[in-house]
Amino acid sequence: MELPFFYLFSTGIIVASILMVTRANVIHAALLLVLTFFLLSGVYVLAGAEFLAVVQILLYAGGIMVLYLFSIMLMNVDVSVRLRQYHRQTFFVVIIAVALAVEVWLVLARGEAYPDYKGFAWFVGATPGNVEALGSVLYTKYLFPFEVASILLLAAMIGAIVLAKRTIDR
Amino acid sequence: MIPELIAAFLKIALVLGVISLVVAYLTYLERKIIGHIQMRMGPMRVGWHGLLQPIADGLKLFLKEDIIPAKADKIVFVIAPIMVLVPAFVVYSVLPFDKNFYITRVNVGLFLVLAVSSLGVFGIVMAGWASNSKYSLLGAFRSAAQMLSYEIFLGFSLVGPIMLAGSLDFQNIVEAQADVWFVFYQPVAFIVFFIAALAETNRIPFDLPEAETELVAGFHTEYSGMKFAFFFLAEYASIMAISTVGISVFFGGWGGIDAIPLPGIVWYLLKMAVLIFVFIWIRATLPRYRYDQLMRVGWKFMFPLAILNIFVTGLLKLLFI
Amino acid sequence: MVGGVESSSRIERITTVPGTEELIVNMGPQHPSTHGVLRVILKLEGETVKDVDCDIGYLHRGTEKIGENITYTMFIPYTDRLDYIAAPSSNLAWVQAVESFFDWEIPDRALFLRTIVGELSRIASHLLWLATHALDIGAMTVFLWCFREREMVLDLFEMAFGARLTVNAFRLGGLHQDVPPEFLVEARKFINLFPSRVDDYETLLTENRIWLQRTRGVGVISAEDALDYGMTGPILRASGVKWDLRRAKPYAAYPYVDFTIPVGENGDVYDRYLVRLVEMRQSAHIIDQCLDMLPGGPVSCKTPRTIKPPAGEIYHSIENPKGEFGFYIVSDGSETPYRVKIRPPSFINLAGLKKMCVGEFLADVVAIIGSIDIVLGECDR
Repeated sequence: MELPFFYLFSTGIIVASILMVTRANVIHAALLLVLTFFLLSGVYVLAGAEFLAVVQILLYAGGIMVLYLFSIMLMNVDVSVRLRQYHRQTFFVVIIAVALAVEVWLVLARGEAYPDYKGFAWFVGATPGNVEALGSVLYTKYLFPFEVASILLLAAMIGAIVLAKRTIDR
Repeated sequence: MIPELIAAFLKIALVLGVISLVVAYLTYLERKIIGHIQMRMGPMRVGWHGLLQPIADGLKLFLKEDIIPAKADKIVFVIAPIMVLVPAFVVYSVLPFDKNFYITRVNVGLFLVLAVSSLGVFGIVMAGWASNSKYSLLGAFRSAAQMLSYEIFLGFSLVGPIMLAGSLDFQNIVEAQADVWFVFYQPVAFIVFFIAALAETNRIPFDLPEAETELVAGFHTEYSGMKFAFFFLAEYASIMAISTVGISVFFGGWGGIDAIPLPGIVWYLLKMAVLIFVFIWIRATLPRYRYDQLMRVGWKFMFPLAILNIFVTGLLKLLFI
Repeated sequence: MVGGVESSSRIERITTVPGTEELIVNMGPQHPSTHGVLRVILKLEGETVKDVDCDIGYLHRGTEKIGENITYTMFIPYTDRLDYIAAPSSNLAWVQAVESFFDWEIPDRALFLRTIVGELSRIASHLLWLATHALDIGAMTVFLWCFREREMVLDLFEMAFGARLTVNAFRLGGLHQDVPPEFLVEARKFINLFPSRVDDYETLLTENRIWLQRTRGVGVISAEDALDYGMTGPILRASGVKWDLRRAKPYAAYPYVDFTIPVGENGDVYDRYLVRLVEMRQSAHIIDQCLDMLPGGPVSCKTPRTIKPPAGEIYHSIENPKGEFGFYIVSDGSETPYRVKIRPPSFINLAGLKKMCVGEFLADVVAIIGSIDIVLGECDR
């Protein structure tokens, strides 16, 4: 049952991403990115990480993309709509893309050798929901990175407020 | 496999149909209640005491000419009302109406509701963009900023009851309130939740972005006909959805008093009726906040209150429970 | 429904200094919040108002010129259309202005009836002001409640004069005919009912936190500035100046009645709201006293068939609900005036709009215009 949905989601992601990088209209590209994130959260659900799926929608699609859209819209529209999306560095792009593709194939090939690999933070014992598993690990074993991340976010927030305020109090 | 799918589709069709009809009649109810508060009758002509008014309004909007401004971005213009309406309805897929009556049960149900309703902001921003006027775009931004801010408070106010229930699943939360409803344990959280719900759905006293049409072009100026109707359908659908969330989290969902034996869904409908009445009552009574006052109330008053609530709940839970 | 009215705003962007942006926003002339056909051109920087310019004249009908071509009695219906919200007040100003050319003995009953009708029109005007002002700020219910009371006043007018709005109430020398006895009974009923209704409005608004935040400290004008601009009426009183023509230069039956004049402290929108509420209550009190003291007798004195004031000029004003409403008449001895000049309170009060609005937010402009209480009929004439 999961397989048709997985194909549906992944085809959607591929199509949306390709469309996104080929659009001339920046707003359309941003909306396609939102669609990509939405379909990606579907893939997360299929992988059993439903909490992460919801967070993906809430933060990425619902928060970050709205702010992207704000800044896109506040720029001068005419210029951005007519910006050419293709640069003259096609040669270097092809080299880097080939390198990336080789790396991804290597990773996938090695995965076949470890079929039972389950990752670091697997909850030992009865399998609870994704939320409980995440919570129990995040606040005990990975508490320090969690706090560091929140302080980083706080610094970024303060910086943004200070920068924005400065332009008003001229 | 297949029978489950068919059952799911049937349930979806039923809920969608019922919700659409109820949302349409919610507009009628609002006009009637506000009318009576204002010493007048509300709709009386179409059908007995105006009962066919929503159908007449729906027909009118459906048959109106569909105007798309020449300079607007056509794709975005058409998508915007859809992006507002769809999240408002998708939310109903996880909402419980009774112990066994729900479309689906997800163990992150409450969280999903918050996430999906945050997608409604896109529709508003897109609508402001599509009207091709910088000032109405800014009006749409302010509405979006208001909704984003109050979504945060909404979420934070729900953390307290989640801590008490120990789960994000609606069914678990409702069952955890079998003895005492959470509104008695978390009154502060309920107040913050209710005010945030008013702001989320752009109701008075927080409807300045909508009333901006009095002064400058609001975000839905260029819309007519069915697209215009979508915006307001979405508003009423989200009022009902947020009321359901509030009832499930604070008022015991479908649970009732054991002394009076009524099916769960009846209890749910009764509580819903009371909560929606309060929404409408507030609309008839209060003036509206100015935008900066609205944001100040949110960030300087409700946000610290919500955080304090979480802190105190956590402390009490650690020490006593 | 609320907020669904389309606006006719036209935006031009003017870039002055690189980095700053000044927006010009046009409010009106068709606009739900400008109380008539008023066009206000606002220059904004961000959310703050930098400059305000009023474009009036959309309701200009050449009333002053018309006055030069018709007789004094024929002009009375034209005065109805000046301040159409409180038509008897405008009638009263004109009628008393012309009567001051002569020294007729206006009978006491006429004086008291004029006072009663004048104060009823003050109540009607303030009710309409409160209804529209509250609606602009978002309190929809007050709008309908005020109109319920205003209906009662308009019914009283219809009983006495045959018309609700443009009443053509008074004549040179008194009234046209006596009021029917039901008028006095219904007026008494209304006066008994009215204070509790004003209490209802106060319950909804006066202590309401949102109302206070929207009106306190908004649109402040100091007493000196108000006097400089020549403002009169509730605006002047809200800024702290105790000036009311009913006390300073009494007319009609005002010397015989007892009432207080409300004075505000800060000169903001909230004070103007409070001043007008108290004035409504005081009007009811005045009507109460007049009904008690109402003498019998004729309602008009004998006047000549054709009114030909002696050559000369005269200025006479009364305390209109909106301010000092006056007529300056130049007579050349004939049946028609040589020149009629109207002193419109709305026009002069509106001149202070810029002073009150600069530095405030865009959303406050609507509240401030509402608090000035303008009627375009008398502003444009």
